[in-house]
Amino acid sequence: MGISIWAQILQYLVTGVSIGCIYGMVAIGFNIIYNSTGIINFAQGEFVMLGGMVMITLTTGAGVPVFIAFFLTTLIVALIGGVFERLAINPVKDAGVLKLIIITIGGSIVMKGIAMFIWGKETYLLPHFSGETPISLGSATILPQTLWILGIMGVTVTLLTLFFRYTLLGKAMRACSANRVAALLVGVDVRRMVFFSFVLSAGIGAIAGIIIAPISMMDYNRGFMLALKGFSAAVLGGLGNSTGAVIAGFMIGILESLGAGLISSGYKDAIALLVLLIILYARPSGLFGSREELKLKSF
Amino acid sequence: MNPVFTKGGKKKEVLGTMKKHGLLLLVGFALVLCVSCGGGGGDESTTQEPIKIGAVFSITGGASWLGEPERNTALMIADQVNAAGGIDGRKIELIIEDTEGVEDKAVMAVNKLIKQDKVCAIIGPSRSGPSLAVIPIAEENEIPLISCAAAAQIVEPVKKWVFKTPQKDSDCVVRIYEHMKTVGISKIAIITGTTGFGKGGRDQLIKLAPEMGIEIVADETYGPQDTDMTAQLTRIRGTDAQAVVNWSIVPAQSIVAKNMKQLNMDIQLYQSHGFGNIKYAEAAGDAGEGLIFPAGALLAVDSLPDDHPRKALLMKYKSDYMAKFNAEPSTFGGHAYDALKLVIKALRSVGPDPAKIRDQIENTTEFDGTAGTFNYSAEDHTGLKKDAFEIITVKGGKFVLYPAVIMS
Repeated sequence: MGISIWAQILQYLVTGVSIGCIYGMVAIGFNIIYNSTGIINFAQGEFVMLGGMVMITLTTGAGVPVFIAFFLTTLIVALIGGVFERLAINPVKDAGVLKLIIITIGGSIVMKGIAMFIWGKETYLLPHFSGETPISLGSATILPQTLWILGIMGVTVTLLTLFFRYTLLGKAMRACSANRVAALLVGVDVRRMVFFSFVLSAGIGAIAGIIIAPISMMDYNRGFMLALKGFSAAVLGGLGNSTGAVIAGFMIGILESLGAGLISSGYKDAIALLVLLIILYARPSGLFGSREELKLKSF
Repeated sequence: MNPVFTKGGKKKEVLGTMKKHGLLLLVGFALVLCVSCGGGGGDESTTQEPIKIGAVFSITGGASWLGEPERNTALMIADQVNAAGGIDGRKIELIIEDTEGVEDKAVMAVNKLIKQDKVCAIIGPSRSGPSLAVIPIAEENEIPLISCAAAAQIVEPVKKWVFKTPQKDSDCVVRIYEHMKTVGISKIAIITGTTGFGKGGRDQLIKLAPEMGIEIVADETYGPQDTDMTAQLTRIRGTDAQAVVNWSIVPAQSIVAKNMKQLNMDIQLYQSHGFGNIKYAEAAGDAGEGLIFPAGALLAVDSLPDDHPRKALLMKYKSDYMAKFNAEPSTFGGHAYDALKLVIKALRSVGPDPAKIRDQIENTTEFDGTAGTFNYSAEDHTGLKKDAFEIITVKGGKFVLYPAVIMS
């Protein structure tokens, strides 16, 4: 029966990548809002959950083709993100970072509650995009859905990086995060940028929810845990750095999977979190964040 | 609803004198909460006060699919009893609290039910962890508590005021091991959830293995929100296990079946009675076909032989539930059915006196419930034997009785 230890390790790595790409995908959403407001949006997990749920309703419920439903869902959730910003974030006068963060926590509870009323408490399934026949990589196997996640994540990260680096809107959003007052002084409409960032990150969250739902299944309560792991990846990668988030997501996933496989599955989360803490202790700005940049932030 | 309002009203008077709008708002909010959680079947037309029965279920939170059918079932029975004239002319009022599946919420809820609502008996909690957490409160206040959770520790050693209606997890393990012996399996891997249910099952699997001649060659766990168990299963694949036993009660247990298929593992998968919800079989899809688990007969009621002693009762529960809630009943709702019926049966003979209800339940024998025929005694507060478990398998996306099982 014995399967060689290297064959096992190969499977652990593949599994780690499969788990890690979910974390990384969620982490990207955190970065967008952070990049334009300097706040951590704790409702990000809810956007992911909504993405999965709306997609499931559209495809298995209303029979919309997957391809169209994908864009429709992203649009709907992006709109929800915009409405959330207009209703909860925008009206707050002279909002400090902490105040806004707490509002996002409140927002996440409200969204979770509404989702519970709409979809109930059941766990929903979304069919895999292209079947469930595992693909063999040597002695390891990987699900086609994981390849979808990797591909869509790659495209998303590339587009986002280009957007934030080379477009005026992207630069303006980054300016708001670096220094709100200075951004205002050079004529950036800060409030509008914040609005855009919520729309964008809700959209990205929705994409994450759509592509991971076939693997993770989805229920109204899923957002929090996804957000927690995604947040870890965002912090580890250096807040605001999308490529960093993806790499950090893979790292956490692989650590968990190797921890479960080689040491003990009971301690896999502890092992991953321990490594996270050690790295943050040594590098508070994360793996790919810069120390100087962190000092300039308002907290 | 009336009692709830008067209580809220009193609060309002006291705080109103403090003339703080913020506080008033808070009280108003609390009132709304009270009303929304309070629920219940009180009826103003009766002159006599209703009999209050407490119920604590995990209606929201991670184990809501346990608590929801339980609450639905309890409400349905209360309605049926009240529609038929109640107990000795008195209606029953079910006061339902939500534990969210969490220990501290369960403790708060049980305290409230006993001290504020003064209920004469409590059914629930839904989960093993919260059940263990509230046992001391029931014992201290001398209120009978009929848990709807599985762990054997709830009634072992016997606690004077605590009973439970689901089959014991140790009996489930025995049924699995017996089945393994009939098909010649002796080396197994276990993979369990890190919830109270999973831990309880893991303890029993490890404890009973040596005496049943089973060797556990791998022992893995996973968290309730995990999305991928291929790491654990890869480790199991590297051993010479002839079967996998998955013991968990969260949706993630469907993923175990899927991951096994992904890794091309063709050894037999056993599940615990925690798999007893058709949604899990749906979630597992093709990967779930042929897996085996012990559970109450309710799940496979359609495939039961007509001479089964409880087929009629199970069919009625199923059709009532489906008519009222438009959903398949689960064994979990059945546990609440059994618990509430036990309390109602005791109430009919001794009235709403906690001590008498306790004695009455302890002396209940030959009581037909959804999970089996209950025979309680001073030494046995589960009331069920291992034959309350049928061996069930998944075939064509449905639960059916496993054909080749010899009843022992």
